[in-house]
Amino acid sequence: MSSRLLTGNEAVALAARDAMIALGTGYPGTPSTEILENFGALGGRAQWAPNEKVALEVALGAAYACGRVLVTMKHVGVNVAADPLFTAAYTGVTGALVIAAADDPGMHSSQNEQDTRRYAEAAGVPMLEPADSQEAYDYMLAATELSERFGTPVLLRMTTRVCHSKTPVTPRGAPLPAPPPGYERDIPRRVMIPAYARPAHRKLREKLSRLADWSEESDLHRVIPGTGDGKALGVITSGVATMHVAEAAPEASMFKLAMTYPLPLKRLAEFARSVERCVAVEEGDPYLANALRAADAPVEAPIEEFRFGELSVSRVQRLLAGETAPEPPPEPGKPPRLCPNCPHRNVFGALSRIGCIVSGDIGCYTLGVLPPFEAMDTCACMGASIGAGLGMRHVLPRQQAKRVVSVIGDSTFVHSGVTGLIDMAYNPPPTGHVVIILDNEVTAMTGLQEHPGTGRRLDHGPAANKINYEALAWALGIQDVHTVDPLENEAGFEQLVRDCLENEGLSLIVARRPCPLSVNRLARMAAECGAPES
Amino acid sequence: MSADGKTTSVIIAGLGGQGIVKASDILASAAHGAGYDVKKSEIHGMSQRGGSVSSDVRFGARVLSPMTPRGGADYLAVTEPTQAAPNRHMLRPGGVLITPDAVPHTAGGGEDSTDLMANRTINVALLGVLAAHLPIAEEHWLAAIRQNLPEKLHDLNCNVFLRGLAIERFMGRLSGGG
Repeated sequence: MSSRLLTGNEAVALAARDAMIALGTGYPGTPSTEILENFGALGGRAQWAPNEKVALEVALGAAYACGRVLVTMKHVGVNVAADPLFTAAYTGVTGALVIAAADDPGMHSSQNEQDTRRYAEAAGVPMLEPADSQEAYDYMLAATELSERFGTPVLLRMTTRVCHSKTPVTPRGAPLPAPPPGYERDIPRRVMIPAYARPAHRKLREKLSRLADWSEESDLHRVIPGTGDGKALGVITSGVATMHVAEAAPEASMFKLAMTYPLPLKRLAEFARSVERCVAVEEGDPYLANALRAADAPVEAPIEEFRFGELSVSRVQRLLAGETAPEPPPEPGKPPRLCPNCPHRNVFGALSRIGCIVSGDIGCYTLGVLPPFEAMDTCACMGASIGAGLGMRHVLPRQQAKRVVSVIGDSTFVHSGVTGLIDMAYNPPPTGHVVIILDNEVTAMTGLQEHPGTGRRLDHGPAANKINYEALAWALGIQDVHTVDPLENEAGFEQLVRDCLENEGLSLIVARRPCPLSVNRLARMAAECGAPES
Repeated sequence: MSADGKTTSVIIAGLGGQGIVKASDILASAAHGAGYDVKKSEIHGMSQRGGSVSSDVRFGARVLSPMTPRGGADYLAVTEPTQAAPNRHMLRPGGVLITPDAVPHTAGGGEDSTDLMANRTINVALLGVLAAHLPIAEEHWLAAIRQNLPEKLHDLNCNVFLRGLAIERFMGRLSGGG
């Protein structure tokens, strides 16, 4: 079969189809987003969940029922899904459950560069790590098989360069036959009360020991001899770093890991002892170096500098040469900015003029922190705007507290802002609080994905329901609720914010104006379908 | 550069909305169609909001890293003059810089559909210029354009590509080069 050029994300989607995955779910997040979109476009059943925790829970239920499922998220999404993840490792699965988690070394589009390999070890879930699109395809299939064989969720760790690089892929000829879904009751295995969880923990450790044996035997790991004598330099590495190493140091022997948890520690220690100098080259934390040194393998860890940012051929050369001089700084490009006709511009213009302390959140609108607005004071994680705004209101002196507003996008609000709003209603600060939902009716930042508040499904067709934020606020006990179009009525919006701040009650302002990019796309799609444009 | 089996590295750079990713998709498809191993890499996300965007395409007998090493690019094509400076450090000594100056405005200027400088076709016009330097036959380029763009844009973009190619070949003969 001939090869085609695919991104890593497209390759995972294709493999999901060939693995007969019955359901794909997740929450958009760069660089993982296109996996589910492509799976859907290939005819797979794909749906956006309100957040990663719900996605993983839905997947877990499907996998209890012997279904094959794929869950996708970016690295910080794993934090949100961590609660079900840790206990899913105890219960195990009956079908297949693969979690594709995409790390973003260098933070091209993220708020931190956490390393998902830590989660594999912490939760006790095996992890495969592809280096290019072919491996993304192959390992997605391998992860499905492994999940079914060992009855465990499997993490597929992607990184930005694997997700978004295009490399040739030759797909497998035939699909992986799937067993039919069905439910068999097994209470001690799936109900994690302490009496059943205690033996489940022991069983998990036994399972991981069997997985470690599998990892020791697996031919997915590869030892690639270098062009040199194979003795002077050895490198232990995984993921896209293997490609940088192969180019930067062709003379080095390489132990290319496919499964980064559990590690084949015996083989790795043997490899390290077979060379004069062995270096762990890894993107992110010194995870391999620490594990190997704990196993008493003679491995060199790179200096601290190389845990920051992405690796590249040039950086691997410096790393292996032991260079400690500061690296050349990246050339400054033109920073991103809010689109010229973006409704968020008017919101941040108004907040800037009012002099608000703005508790911000994650999305396009985080760009409101940049000039000319500089109208954001905090941004930590999805949904934090409401909680952090409330926290400030609780402790600040009255005159400062009165200036605090929380600003959150519609998709982010659905993801994890609702519980913040509940806290606002339950524990109101003495000066009240003002929450502004920037409702552009789409998840814009990640590339215009749908969510439960847009009224459209993942494939942009009409959804079964559409959230009514105003009614939701009312149901929680917040009665001062306003809806305004910040583009059409800029002055009215500003006055409204001033009034709400002055009232010292609990207010929700829905600043509603569709994202212009999304409007254009919907019109284009309607035109392509031959439907009249609205 | 690729005749001896070595990897050819091209960087296409510009601003969000200029079709940088699309241009690199076309180049990667053309190289793949011509039988080369290909890797292409760029950053999505924040950069799409009008900021700097650059994409690496590398092809040859066997490509390793998807990212061009600093100072390792054989070609740097920029769709926007201001994006030459921030990417120049990626070009190897003797590497070729291609800017929008390589294609002239035609009479009328602006958004005339025959204007190679028109914002929506500048990416493909510069691919035509680039193609004059690369060991990839014209048929693979045209197939790649058709593969990566909707049908109604095929004629326009194939024409723009061929004009960019013709201009660069003519300029090459004028200067006694390629």
